[in-house]
Amino acid sequence: MQKIEAINDFVVKFANINGSGSASANELFARAILRMGVPVSPRNIFPSNIQGLPTWFEVRVTEHGYLGRRGGVDLMVAMNPQSWEQDVREIDPGGYLFYDSSKAVPRSRLRSDIHVLGMPLTEICNDTYSDSRERQLFKNIIYVGALTTLLDIDPQEIEKLFGEQYKGKEKLFDSNLQALNLGREYARQHLKPIALKVERRDRVGDMIFTDGNSAAALGCIYGGATVCAWYPITPSSSVPEAFERYAKKLRTDPVSGEKRYSIVQAEDELASIGMVIGAGWNGARAFTSTSGPGISLMAEFIGLAYFAEIPAVLINVQRGGPSTGMPTRTQQADVLACAYASHGDTKHVLLFPEDPYECFEMSAQALDLAERLQTPVFVMTDLDIGMNQRLCRPFAWDDSREYDRGKVMTREALDAGSDFGRYLDVDGDGIPYRTYPGTHPTKGGYFTRGTTKNAYAVYSEAGADYIYNMQRLRQKFETAKSLVPLPVLTAARYPARFAAILYGSTGPAMQEALDALAEQGIYINALRVRAFPFQNEIADFIAAHSKVFVFEQNFDGQLTTLLINEAHVNPASLIPVLHYDGTPITARFITQEIAERVARLNVRPLREHMVA
Amino acid sequence: MTYIAKPRLHHPSLAKNRVGFTRRDYEGKISTLCAGCGHDSISASIIQACWELDIEPHRVAKLSGIGCSSKTPDYFLGNSHGFNTVHGRMPSVLTGAYLANRELIYLGVSGDGDSASIGLGQFAHVMRRGVNMTYLVENNGVYGLTKGQFSATADKGSRSKKGQSNNDAPIDLVTLALVMGATFVARGFSGDKTQLVPLLRAALAHQGAAVIDILSPCITFNNHSGSTKSYDYVREHNEAVNRLDFIPLREEITADYAAGELVAVRQHDGSVVHLRKLHADYDPTDRIRAMSYIQEHAARGEVVTGLLYVDPEAADLHRQLGTVEQPLNTLGAAELCPGSKALEKINAALR
Ligand SMILES: Cc1ncc(C[n+]2csc(CCOP(=O)(O)OP(=O)(O)O)c2C)c(N)n1
Ligand code: SF4
Ligand SMILES: [Mg+2]
Repeated sequence: MQKIEAINDFVVKFANINGSGSASANELFARAILRMGVPVSPRNIFPSNIQGLPTWFEVRVTEHGYLGRRGGVDLMVAMNPQSWEQDVREIDPGGYLFYDSSKAVPRSRLRSDIHVLGMPLTEICNDTYSDSRERQLFKNIIYVGALTTLLDIDPQEIEKLFGEQYKGKEKLFDSNLQALNLGREYARQHLKPIALKVERRDRVGDMIFTDGNSAAALGCIYGGATVCAWYPITPSSSVPEAFERYAKKLRTDPVSGEKRYSIVQAEDELASIGMVIGAGWNGARAFTSTSGPGISLMAEFIGLAYFAEIPAVLINVQRGGPSTGMPTRTQQADVLACAYASHGDTKHVLLFPEDPYECFEMSAQALDLAERLQTPVFVMTDLDIGMNQRLCRPFAWDDSREYDRGKVMTREALDAGSDFGRYLDVDGDGIPYRTYPGTHPTKGGYFTRGTTKNAYAVYSEAGADYIYNMQRLRQKFETAKSLVPLPVLTAARYPARFAAILYGSTGPAMQEALDALAEQGIYINALRVRAFPFQNEIADFIAAHSKVFVFEQNFDGQLTTLLINEAHVNPASLIPVLHYDGTPITARFITQEIAERVARLNVRPLREHMVA
Repeated sequence: MTYIAKPRLHHPSLAKNRVGFTRRDYEGKISTLCAGCGHDSISASIIQACWELDIEPHRVAKLSGIGCSSKTPDYFLGNSHGFNTVHGRMPSVLTGAYLANRELIYLGVSGDGDSASIGLGQFAHVMRRGVNMTYLVENNGVYGLTKGQFSATADKGSRSKKGQSNNDAPIDLVTLALVMGATFVARGFSGDKTQLVPLLRAALAHQGAAVIDILSPCITFNNHSGSTKSYDYVREHNEAVNRLDFIPLREEITADYAAGELVAVRQHDGSVVHLRKLHADYDPTDRIRAMSYIQEHAARGEVVTGLLYVDPEAADLHRQLGTVEQPLNTLGAAELCPGSKALEKINAALR
């Protein structure tokens, strides 16, 4: 029988029961490999449930640093009888199944083209521990122990991790180590060796390992947010939670203990966005984080902020929709809902981070953009980026960087006789000046409203005033193009007729796919869009290729629609390629889709010069 | 509509207050409400109260929802910043504004549709949080702006102008505010400025969530017989529990009061509310008693007005959150950005 052989390049998937304490053991497994200098990319695939339903943890071990999902499974650690059939089915031929053999599994429920490693975990635990909670928790550590033996993972690294985790708690340290060794010893004595191995490398470098939601929260700290209003919703709740954690450390006055931030858990998303808008109106940097259902509720307020021109930052950690949809699965399905959120002619600035590094960067930048443009700005992250820990470049901050507070008219300027028209375009960029409430006893006050008004903020239903305002808003949106992050091009080694457009969490899987395609002689230029409104570079890129595959993690091809609508590109040149089952897109999916489509487009890939 | 511009010269009060402003300085644009609308009288009382209190007009932030009532912030304190937000959601916007700058005086203006119908949730929650504000409900029992539909404060059995009877139980915002933890709760009547102005002054000085439910008849859609929110009906059924004199912190107490029926309540900022008891058994510092009192009288068809409850030791949201004294909107990168060194440490901890 074939045997998958790989060093530092394979996928291990853990199938567990939600709430069984497996998460921390699985993370320990991933971290130990990282500490050996080998990049890993773990992903939680979890149910909308607190206890009892199936949950998976997938670890991509990748010496090449491919941090996307690869697709396929080389080693399945099947710890959940509920999902057994599906888990066994998912293993690649020649792969490995590790399972709890305390209860015999009939041959019919196994496969003949995979290698089966049974370990009587429950039996071992029942023999070793009397307490039922211990039996459960140590079972997880014991299987990690066995895996370290099978995969050649250095037990010293796990021991070190235990040391960090259980500092000052010697008893816990000892008992965990004992469980680990129990597993190691059993595997050494009873299990056949397998051909998946981890070898020490130095490929992690100075990269950090963190989740996008924490990174976004830290970006808000660095970006100067002082007001955070939110309502709990998966997968975004850990943004404000991380904001609070970081703020406690970084924003508390060391002497008085007073806080230089405020967090309010609102009664709903109507209130959370209302608070953000109130704070933004009053000159504080404010943000909320939410997910699809929250965006729907916020829609009316988003229109107010757009039309009254109030800065607001919304971090949308997207999940599967419509409605409650797949609340614990990932999608990029709010692109249109956010781009055009609210009634009337509205348009909003969107940023698309690909990993925690960009979540940090773009959240901080969003706070600048919101004030510069006096409008809502959306950071369009997703569950895959937000709730999984990912290796990424270390966060960076230039201490000379100042906050861009935008056009704010001061008391001095008012006294000097500046003409203050709240909705007057004085610079030709569509961005008017604003005053903060309380600035001046007799000048600069105005009445903010969602109704139409003239350039001096006086209520007006005159057509000319309305038109002036709408055209100025369009001009402002044009100005936004020069301020939002540019797309990132990954050029093929050879001139290419075909291209791919991608955004957000598709980035890492695309990197791996492009390499795999090049191996097959298929060369593709890839452009990662990082913001809306779209810069001209994006339309030019599309025009320069005969066909452009637009990779999206939604059902409708929402970015494709937006590109056709807003970048005025030729619809015939765009081919949406959609991955929308709620799992993160994989490199194998991208590779296969492109390879097949290129073949269908009847082009024979050549290695030299003009190629597909 | 009141089309006639107010002549500048013949204005009754051009006297300056302590901060150098005349009453005119507290006015706003000319009202576009129906002549005789209760809401305009409330605007006049707000102007009077702010002038008397020597508040610098620009230190007030006026926020409102949507409705005839919510339009009124355009008609007073013209030099203040105002924000006409969305229907029923002013409380959250006010909360955010208050988080950003704790130093301004926040005035929330709403209607009964705005607060009791679409905005009931936000009304309740803003009281719970103790946002330091004065929240006015200009209560006429109807949706004025959308032409006279019943609102959620309309009494059961009251009749609309078109003759329909309201079958739903009313929401009493005063009772709700008490239940939700508001620390200053009053009811007034737009037609009784002598009562309303001192209530407004005391509420503006109150350092916590102050709410005044102000009966404010809609002359156009709800002032007929059969309505329980008409001028006549309110006048006939008004049961004032007390008369109030509000004495700001720095003012000496000069008025002479007859011994006996006077209660003095000293608020957190040192100001004193003097209450002349009209109902001997009414104690405005007893929340539970206030609730049952209001209910007992409502059952008799009486509308209890006056200062119904005050907690002199009210705490506000900023105190509960433990935020810095300095307004958050004045903090710059030096106070907010932890800098690259701290970031390196964070990076190191994530390896
Ligand atoms: C979301 C939304 N729904 C409906 C409306 C229409 N609307 C405008 S004002 C109003 C009622 C206002 O009633 P109230 O708050 O009592 O104010 P009044 O006009 O009586 O002073 C309604 C329903 C709206 N503006 N927004
Ligand atoms: S409709 Fe009623 S509430 Fe509106 S302005 Fe006229 S009288 Fe006032
Ligand atoms: Mg009304």
